[in-house]
Amino acid sequence: MHSVVSASTTAPVRQFLSRIWLALLLSLLAGCARPDPPADLVVINGTEPETLDPALCTGQPDGRVAAALFEGLTRVHPKTGESVPGIAERWEISPDGKTYLFYLRTNALWSNGEPITADDVVYSWRRVVDPANAADYAGQLYYVKNGLAINTRKITDLTQLGVSAVNPHLVRVELENPTAFFLDLCAFRTLCVVHRKTIEKYGDRWLMARPLPTSGCFTLEQWKVNDRVRLRKNPYHWDAANIRSEVVDLIHLESATTALNLFETGQADIIWDKTLIPMELMDVLKERPYVHTFKYLATYFMRFNVTRGPFKDPRVRKALALSINKSRIAGHIMKAGEEPAATLVPPGTANYQAPEGLSYNPNLARKLLAEAGFPEGKGFPSFHYLFNTAKQHEQVAVELQQMWKKELGISLELRNTEWKVYLADQSAVNFDLSRSAWVGDYNDPNTFLDMFMSNNGNNRTGWKSPEYDALLDRANRMTDLKERAELLRQAERLLVVDDVVIMPLFFYAGITFYRPDEISGIWANIIDEHALYPVGKTKKADLRP
Amino acid sequence: MWIYLTKRIVGLLPLLLVISFLSFMLVRMAPGSPFDKERAPASPDIERTLREKYHQDEPLWQQYLRYLGVARESDGQGGTRWVRGGLVQGDLGPSFKYRNHGVNDIVAQGLPVSMSLGLLAFLFAMGVGIPLGIYTALRRGQWGDHIGSFFSLLAFCIPGLVVGPLLIMGLALQWRLFPVALWSSPWHMVLPTVTLGLYFSGRIARLMREGMTEAMKEAYVVTARAKGLSESQVVFRHALRLAILPVVSYSGPLLADLLTGSFVVENLFLVPGIGVFLVNSALGRDYNMVVGLALVYAVLLVLLNLAVDLTYGFLDRRVKLS
Repeated sequence: MHSVVSASTTAPVRQFLSRIWLALLLSLLAGCARPDPPADLVVINGTEPETLDPALCTGQPDGRVAAALFEGLTRVHPKTGESVPGIAERWEISPDGKTYLFYLRTNALWSNGEPITADDVVYSWRRVVDPANAADYAGQLYYVKNGLAINTRKITDLTQLGVSAVNPHLVRVELENPTAFFLDLCAFRTLCVVHRKTIEKYGDRWLMARPLPTSGCFTLEQWKVNDRVRLRKNPYHWDAANIRSEVVDLIHLESATTALNLFETGQADIIWDKTLIPMELMDVLKERPYVHTFKYLATYFMRFNVTRGPFKDPRVRKALALSINKSRIAGHIMKAGEEPAATLVPPGTANYQAPEGLSYNPNLARKLLAEAGFPEGKGFPSFHYLFNTAKQHEQVAVELQQMWKKELGISLELRNTEWKVYLADQSAVNFDLSRSAWVGDYNDPNTFLDMFMSNNGNNRTGWKSPEYDALLDRANRMTDLKERAELLRQAERLLVVDDVVIMPLFFYAGITFYRPDEISGIWANIIDEHALYPVGKTKKADLRP
Repeated sequence: MWIYLTKRIVGLLPLLLVISFLSFMLVRMAPGSPFDKERAPASPDIERTLREKYHQDEPLWQQYLRYLGVARESDGQGGTRWVRGGLVQGDLGPSFKYRNHGVNDIVAQGLPVSMSLGLLAFLFAMGVGIPLGIYTALRRGQWGDHIGSFFSLLAFCIPGLVVGPLLIMGLALQWRLFPVALWSSPWHMVLPTVTLGLYFSGRIARLMREGMTEAMKEAYVVTARAKGLSESQVVFRHALRLAILPVVSYSGPLLADLLTGSFVVENLFLVPGIGVFLVNSALGRDYNMVVGLALVYAVLLVLLNLAVDLTYGFLDRRVKLS
């Protein structure tokens, strides 16, 4: 490449080089663009959202932004977590519980000042079940008449969905069955109201439109990938008077340590994503006044593969479940006040009282294992536990390994894999035992229990029980909440006591970080939903240098 | 010279083709798919629709041609037409994970930031490494050399993974001199720049020291001295030109490396560059993003190596580009 002599080349070379440097310097300037003015409130929201489209988003961080931008017929009360009027100011429910009439507020406006009408609601819901949009959470509308049929292409006519505009301010909804939690679903992000014209104009990139017409308390001012989403108060919102912060930054990052550093130095006011709290420091942090822990609807459990080897026998599954000392796991490994779990549905779930689950009983466990043909664990094949690579999951796995070795004399192999491999293996039921967790979407036992219906994509155990399916089906047709609770209780007993398809380990504790003397308007609630509009700095915080 | 430039740039095309093909196939060989999720979609149809939308239902070779933008597809009226977009039009495709963004959007947002950080770190590494190298070479065997060389060895041995948190602990948390993270003012750029550049400043100091030591032994340096030039003129006008060549040839790949972002530093200081995507896209099986970023990296690497070769010709007139 290099050979001998010529001085005449140097002039163009010099020119070329100076151009390269110029280009580099320009890119540098582009990168150091003028800093934005500071926000009134900075929240560490979680990892980078995959989408902010309320119909498509599945992750918690995504959903929190979507919920600030878009509103449904109802919305979540920030204190109690119950659903209260949103775009609809009131509603009527028919005696059979299957028809709802929602009266929209006449002062419900888009952020561009246009009125929000019944047609907008109809459009938004049809969009969710339209199979072409491939919304993962379309199931939230399967309770509405023909929702399932349309989403699975059995009906191609979208207008067959049981939602219609009676007049511009009246929405009529027909359900398949009386659904006790339907008003909660209306507040869920999937059912939020989106702006038809913008979506039809910009397609997949509609969230990049500026200004973006929104129906919620905030508008989207900026979305910088892996940095922040900047929201600004929506002055046209019907409840604008109660939106406390004018500009809110939601920071997206990956590292829990960085999140804590930002919080500690006052560059962030709130951390409300559990994955961004450094758990290894919880022993030290627990005592600090800004750490708030609370109970919410989330369970850590283990799935059995009921189609494999000795795990086909419910006695074996029960023996394994009986020999785990769950208080030890909840107390020693988890540090935020997690409670040992005997059932899948957490305590505090509305319309429900969970059955008594299995307790810690190693003697009974040994007896059951012997009955199943493995006295003192003799002849029990080695089996593996699938989990995704993370320190806490590994600690739990090691603990399980030791307990089973000690109590039952059987040996567990640990198989930790990266996230996508774990998910692929779990959904293909390619495991003996698998780490699992579930966070409730709405406050009702159904959000946990319907997961194990035979045809549910989240079942992932190989367990198909017509009895269980029938119990859930019957329960979800009932209008009497007490009778319904009893049927659901029977179903859960089947799941965790009789058939032991899963083994609940503990109920998660929710954690948020904020300084109570500086921030107000944020409360703990059982569905871990923190509406953004009532959150703001107190006067004292404004005085901070 | 221009013929040479054209040749090199044309030579880039087959290379990009090979890289796109390899990364396209390799990332698809990894177990798991972009559509595996912790929560299964409401019905299996939804995943099928997604696969169709991103053309993951087509045979691999056709997917690749589509990615390149040289495939034909049905126009829905019985005929066929060329696919829209594709690599030939500079379109890196949609991201499978970030459903509102294309890979181009993410590169356009992240690359300038990564490049700024990389360039600052590069300037820092050069600014510290070159003077330190020259100083230690000229003081060879003396105390100054020992101290300087110890420093460069230290910088060279401690990875950013350690330097970053130490700087944060001391300068950001303890003394509050700099912000702990984020990227919104020149003040925010200091710690990430030092963290990223320190290691390379050590390497450059060592290269520079060796280069300068060798150059000082050359005959033309003796001649320059014999002419009666001052020591600084000898060093800076004559010896430096040759002594810096090892640093120059190292700086091409180094710059490409720095400009495309660093996972560790970007993650630690919350710098919104593409380094984080480089790693996470592979973990998340975001196929288009993996291939797109590999291509961006390749283009930068080749162009910067070209710049290095040109710089060679400029510094050492015995070198001719042909």
